[in-house]
Parts: sequence; C-alpha cells; structure tokens
Amino acid sequence: MARAAITVIGAGPAGLAAAVCAAECGRRVVLVDENPLPGGQIWRAKKNLPAIETEPWRRRAQAAGVEWRTGCQAAQATPERLWLESAGEAETLAWEQLILATGARELLLPFPGWTLPNCCGAGGLQALVKAGLAIAGQRVVVAGSGPLTLAVAAYLQQQGARVLLVAEQAAPMQAAAAALLLFSSPARVRQAWRMRDALRGVEIQAGCWVEAAEGAERLQRVRLRRGRRRWSLECDYLACGFGLRPNSELGQLLGCALNAEAGLQVDRWQQTSVARIWCAGDASGVAGVEAALLAGQIAGYAAAGRQDLAAAFIARRDRQQRASRRLLRRLALRQELRRLAADDTWFCRCEDVPIGEAQAYASWREAKLQTRCGMGACQGRICGAAGRFLWGWEAAGVRPPIVPVRVGTLALTETGEAQ
Amino acid sequence: MAKPEAWDVAIAGAGIIGCACAAAAAEAGLRTLLIEAGVPGGGTTAAGMGHIVAMDDSPAQFALTRYSQQLWQQLAPELPRQVEYERCGTLWLAGDEDEWRLAAAKREAYRAQGVPAEMLDARALAAAEPHLRPGLAGAMLAPEDGVLYPPAAAKFFLDRARARGARLLAGECQRIEARGLRLRDGTQVAAGEVIIATGTRAAELAPGAAIAPRKGHLLITDRYPGRLHHQLVELGYLRSAHALSEDSVAFNLQPRLSGQILIGSSRQFGAATAEVEPAMLARMLQRAIEFMPGLAAMSCVRAWTGFRPATPDKLPLIGPVEDPPHVWLAAGHEGLGITTATGTAALLLAQLTGQAAAIPYTPYLPSRKTEAVLEHA
Amino acid sequence: MPEELRIRVNGRELAVAAGTSVAAALLNAGIRGMRRSRTGEPRGPVCGMGACMECRITVDGRAQLRACQLRCREGMEIEC
Repeated sequence: MARAAITVIGAGPAGLAAAVCAAECGRRVVLVDENPLPGGQIWRAKKNLPAIETEPWRRRAQAAGVEWRTGCQAAQATPERLWLESAGEAETLAWEQLILATGARELLLPFPGWTLPNCCGAGGLQALVKAGLAIAGQRVVVAGSGPLTLAVAAYLQQQGARVLLVAEQAAPMQAAAAALLLFSSPARVRQAWRMRDALRGVEIQAGCWVEAAEGAERLQRVRLRRGRRRWSLECDYLACGFGLRPNSELGQLLGCALNAEAGLQVDRWQQTSVARIWCAGDASGVAGVEAALLAGQIAGYAAAGRQDLAAAFIARRDRQQRASRRLLRRLALRQELRRLAADDTWFCRCEDVPIGEAQAYASWREAKLQTRCGMGACQGRICGAAGRFLWGWEAAGVRPPIVPVRVGTLALTETGEAQ
Repeated sequence: MAKPEAWDVAIAGAGIIGCACAAAAAEAGLRTLLIEAGVPGGGTTAAGMGHIVAMDDSPAQFALTRYSQQLWQQLAPELPRQVEYERCGTLWLAGDEDEWRLAAAKREAYRAQGVPAEMLDARALAAAEPHLRPGLAGAMLAPEDGVLYPPAAAKFFLDRARARGARLLAGECQRIEARGLRLRDGTQVAAGEVIIATGTRAAELAPGAAIAPRKGHLLITDRYPGRLHHQLVELGYLRSAHALSEDSVAFNLQPRLSGQILIGSSRQFGAATAEVEPAMLARMLQRAIEFMPGLAAMSCVRAWTGFRPATPDKLPLIGPVEDPPHVWLAAGHEGLGITTATGTAALLLAQLTGQAAAIPYTPYLPSRKTEAVLEHA
Repeated sequence: MPEELRIRVNGRELAVAAGTSVAAALLNAGIRGMRRSRTGEPRGPVCGMGACMECRITVDGRAQLRACQLRCREGMEIEC
C-alpha cells in the first residue's frame, strides 16, 4: 500500500498537464491511466507508438518524477482511498488530492440496425484502427455530429480507407458556421488545413444523417437521409458518433456536483464541489484539447497550492472554452434524431431492451427496475446517455464499481488486504 | 386530485407487500387505493435478492414462509416471464461436521412439517456445485425454494390489483386520520380501512411499531451461465447473520436466469446512509470468495445497498394496530418480505374481511409481546 | 519486443502484429461478432475504448474481458 500526495486519474492532455505541473512544484504525483500508453483518446498511441503530441509532456513528467500506473483502472473510491485494478492485480491507493482528468466518451444514439457488427462510434473506429485494425481499402461512412467526425474521416482516409461520405447532422448553414469557428486559432487553422488536405475528394454533406444500418450478421449498407432525399450506400464500416459527453462517474461516486453539461462542476481553479478533488479537461464539460491542456495546468498548480502559477492560464482557458462552446452550440442535435428508432430497435444493448418497452415508463429509474435497461455490463453508459437525449431522463446516482472489475478487487479492504 | 372518494381500503406503500395486499383486497371486491411516494417496488423490494425460501428460525417463521412459498408455487403459471421465477432450490452448506449435524437436524425439522428436504454429502455437493471450495462437509437441499426478480413481482401484483379496479396514487402519506389518511401535500384520503405497508418507515404512520432498518449490501456479477445452479447459503448464516446487535456477513449466492450471480449478504444496524461501504462490501466478498474461490476472478457490474425492516423477534407485523381502529399493519418482514408477500396479503385480508385463514395468524399480530429472540447455540 | 506474435482464436492460430488489440486482431481475422447478445445477436466493438462492453470475450479461460482493452500476447487463447 502506497501513500500519494496528488493522484491524477487519466493521462490524456488534461491529466498529463496536471501531473507535470503538480510534480514540477515538488509534489509527489501518481498518474493512473487505463491505457498502456499515455495520450488519452485524442492522443491515442498507434499500437506501440505513442502519439507525437504526448512526447514533451511525457518527458517533463519523467523529469519531474511522476509515478505511472498504466493499464490501470480506478473502480471504487472513498475520501481517502482508490481501488485500482491492472492486469488482474488489485491494490488500494491512498490519496490526498485527487485530480480527475477522465475525459469524455461518445454519445451513441439508437437507430434501426445500430447494433450490427461493424457499426462503431466515430472515435470508436479511429481507436480500433490505432489499435491495429486494418482499414486500408475498406469502405467507410462517417456520420453523426461534431468536429470529431471530420478528424476521424481525415485520419481514416490517411490510413487508406475509402471514406464514402461524411454526414454531419447539423443544417448546412450551422455546419458552415461551425467550420469557420475551426479557424479561430492558429493551431486550429493548421489542424483544419491538414484535415482539408486529407479529405480532398471525400463527399461531405451537412444536414445529413443515417436513418438505418442494414445487413445480415454484419453491416452491409446504411440508409441515409438529407432533407427529403433518402438513399443507401454499401459499406464495410459505419463510424457514427453524436459528439462527446463527460466521463463523470468517479467524481459522482465521491459526491462531486454536476454542471448543466453533466460534467463535474468546477470553480476557476478547477476545484470540484468537494474539497481536495479537482477536475480538468472534458470531464468537466467538453471543450477540446487546447482547453484541456490549459485546465490541466491550472488544476496541477492549484492542487499543489500554487495558485500564483495557475493564474497565468485562466484567461486563455476561458477563451478556449468559450470558442468550443460556440462551435458546439452550432451543432445542436436535430429533433429527427429522437425519432430514428423503431419500437423494436434495441435501446439497451447490454440487456436487449427494445425502445418501445423502455419508453413506456415515466423515468429512468422505473424503466431500469422493470425492463433492466441500464443494468448490464456497460452500467448504463450507452443507453443512459441516449435516454437523457431522447426523453430527458435524469440518471440515478453512481454505484461502485464505476467500471466492471474483478470481484476480488472489491474484496480488498481499505488497507489493501485480500484476507 | 379528483373529488374526494371513499375507498374501502387505502394502502400506504407500493412495495411488494403493499402491492400484494392491494391485489388481494381488489380480488376480494374491495375498492382499493394504493399510495406510493416513489417508484412502485423501488424501495427495499428493489434492493432485495428475491429468494423464495422456507426459513425455520422459529415455528411461526417456518409456518409463514412455507405457506407463502406454496402460494408462490400456485401463482407460478400466471407469473409473466419478467418475474423470472425459477425453482432452483436452496443448498444450506455445512462447512464441517458440526454444521453437518445442524443440517441433518434441519432436514428433520423440514420433514416434520412435510417440507421436502434432502442431504447431499461432500461428493454429491461437489457434483451439484463444482465451483464450491473442496472440503465442505455437505449440504441440505431444499428443492422447493426458488428465486424471482422482485420489482417485476411487485408490478405483477400491482397490475393484478389495477385490473380489478384498484388505483395507484402518487403521494407521501403523512399521518393517519379518522377513517382515512392525509398526504404530505394536504390531500385527504377517505377510506374505511387503512393498511400501512411502508416497511422501514412504518413507525412514522404507526407509532410504536417496533421496526428498525437493517442495512444490507449486495453485488451482482456479469453473466456466467452454468456457473451456479442453486441458491447457496452457509448454515453458519443461522449463527452469524442473525446476530441482532453486531454487524455481520454471511455467504449467500443466487443464480439469476441471465447467468449473473448475486453475491450477499451483510447485515448492519444503525447505518445512517445508503452508501455502499467499501469495508463492509470487502468483508462480504471475502466471505464469498472463501466458499467459492473462482468468484474472485469474475467480473462484477454493480454493488448496492438496501434497508430491511427488522423486528425484535424476526416476525412481521400483520394485523390491526392497537389503536386507532380500522388501521392495519403489514410491515416488518426483514429479509423475508419477497417470500412472505403472498402469505402476508392472505392473512391480512382474512382478518380484514373476517374470513378463515389458512394458517394461524396470531404469531404475527402487532399486539403480541415482542421479545428479542435468543441466538442459536 | 517481437514484430509479430501468435495467438489462438477458437483453436485457430493467428499471426498478429505486436501492439495490436485483441478486438482489432479479431476484426482483421474476419471475426466481427465477438459475443452473442442476450437474445442471441452477434455484437462487436463499438466505442473502442472500454465503455460499451460489446466486445467481451474469453481469454485464457477468463470470461467477460473487453477485447478492445487487451493487447495480444504471445500464446493468448481466445474464445468468442
């Protein structure tokens, strides 16, 4: 059992920046991350090769003595301790300050056929390709909403995929306005320019969405809709995500309050509503990588008691967050997406609960109790977020473990003893 | 709310007890109103395991649980698939020779009451549940015990009550008044008889009802079909889990139709909040892993807690309160409310309508002298 | 670290590039349905990051592991 001064959960941009800044202040820092290599989702490593962007942070972290726990998942927490599991090994870890940089996940919405193999999230398919999925020559439709779909399409195209179409659900004017906002900083201009090169020749349609996926035992074609026009495209993969939602479970388990975006509520120093717990990056509200880096530095310095150093980043963080919010407002999800699913479309993928059965109930709690939707292995991560979008259902509180782990991990006592 | 209406019976609380009483009252032709502040079946009912079990801590407990179990068996053909009723049987595990003798005595007690039971020696037990640790002395099998999914069972009774004209009203009962009760929002409900079925909170409406909340933890695994076939309970349960004063854990596993395994159990008095307590959870899981080592490597998806409505003598309160008249209790079932919902409803309605009851109801009358029962030796 | 390693999937041997996740290796081998849902439908990876639980498989006798979160190791036995 080890003692830790500052424990950071998540080694994406926000977590890396927080860990580096806290450690450079001379504090002992433990960085816990579920992936084998740092970078989080946005800077995900390609097989054994870390993303180039992580390198400067990884070097600084190493120089400052940050202790790494890679391939390690936090499952349960008290105000003193975390229960961790990695490759079947369990331990508890004492913490004094906790920085939650747990990022975000994709919003996936039900439509007929969305459960067919090879129907993935947008970021989901990209993650699979980075993990070694051979995509060269495969026909892919990228759909959904937000800047991620364009980035994913560009990446897949660079990897040799045949991206047949990028379908953005937002109306053309809104999508165009959002695209302009992508040019709001020099970094974004460079990024957008690279993307434009990669997407040369790829059809991009705004006001367009997937109405259904079809195939026997696997995806074979998608049915698309744009205005009154409906058509089908034969394809091998669908990469469809409707934007990102904060991963707030660990904070919720520890009693941290949520904000209107269902992220963890933070003050100007990135402190949550609970003392000694901080949150940075998309887990406090989706705002993208630049904002995450700035928020991470603020959280790292502030948790180390160096608000004087943190203060320098506040104005830039606020600017980045405002820019991201403006962009995402333009891409608000359209009403039609609430009516894609048929009565027999699965709502809960873990328990195979059809949407017609779930929506007969007045609340998430009642639907869960009577249909078991949200009670399966994903713990409501997919259908809970969908229910919130479809019917405004408010999720119930979070219960441990926040991610499925071995029974033996929760059998550890606070002091980490197995028996 | 619509104009005041006179109900024959108003029932406070739509847990499985209140729902079963509502179904029985409506079937008896009574105009029935069921009042619930939260989600029907969403309190202790939703937190429980759903073990339909004959328990022989006392003759009265044995009589009620066995009677109730038989009522469930009669209902079985009518239960919808969502109730997941399955007669998987209970294996009462004997860890050593002492417990083996306890198991044999238990079998005799079952036999004396005409309840089927058989002994499994170590080899037969290992064949029945190959994932148990080696070295157990054996087990007593109660083949008529079963499991079900409690929220769906509560809904089955609620639907049955509604089909016979009962109504469900959303509201929180504040106090009993002459010929009815008053809700927290000021609504007055006029009713000839009032049944209090609010479980751990029954004393708020029936002062003097000796019911204390007893917290329990449960954990459910991912799906492992074929890994477990019977409800497993350690015979030590009779000693450890029933201690009235101390926090305790006992090995208790349940196979779900989904292939998931429910792991229990813990008992705590005086716990103030519903939070999962990692230390208590760890203790409970360590006990489970001692009996079934393979559990440690299985993936689990959720832990939660609930509060059992416990009485000092471990028997429920079923019958009229001493004062005022026309007020009835159906509460205090501790960990046996799912099993005894059927029997409770039948006994209460028999008293309320002046009909003969299938088993004597005097042991459960709220007016009885309740004394804490002595521990098993 | 070797450039290539071998795993067995439902008894069949596969050569896999080092660093490949089990989910990617299975898809590359044409295995798209990695588990059967409660009603028996084939399901494969969706989120690619361990959240959706659709790609659960059995590795070396241990069931319900997420294929997207596991890297192939030499000699791994996979059932799905």
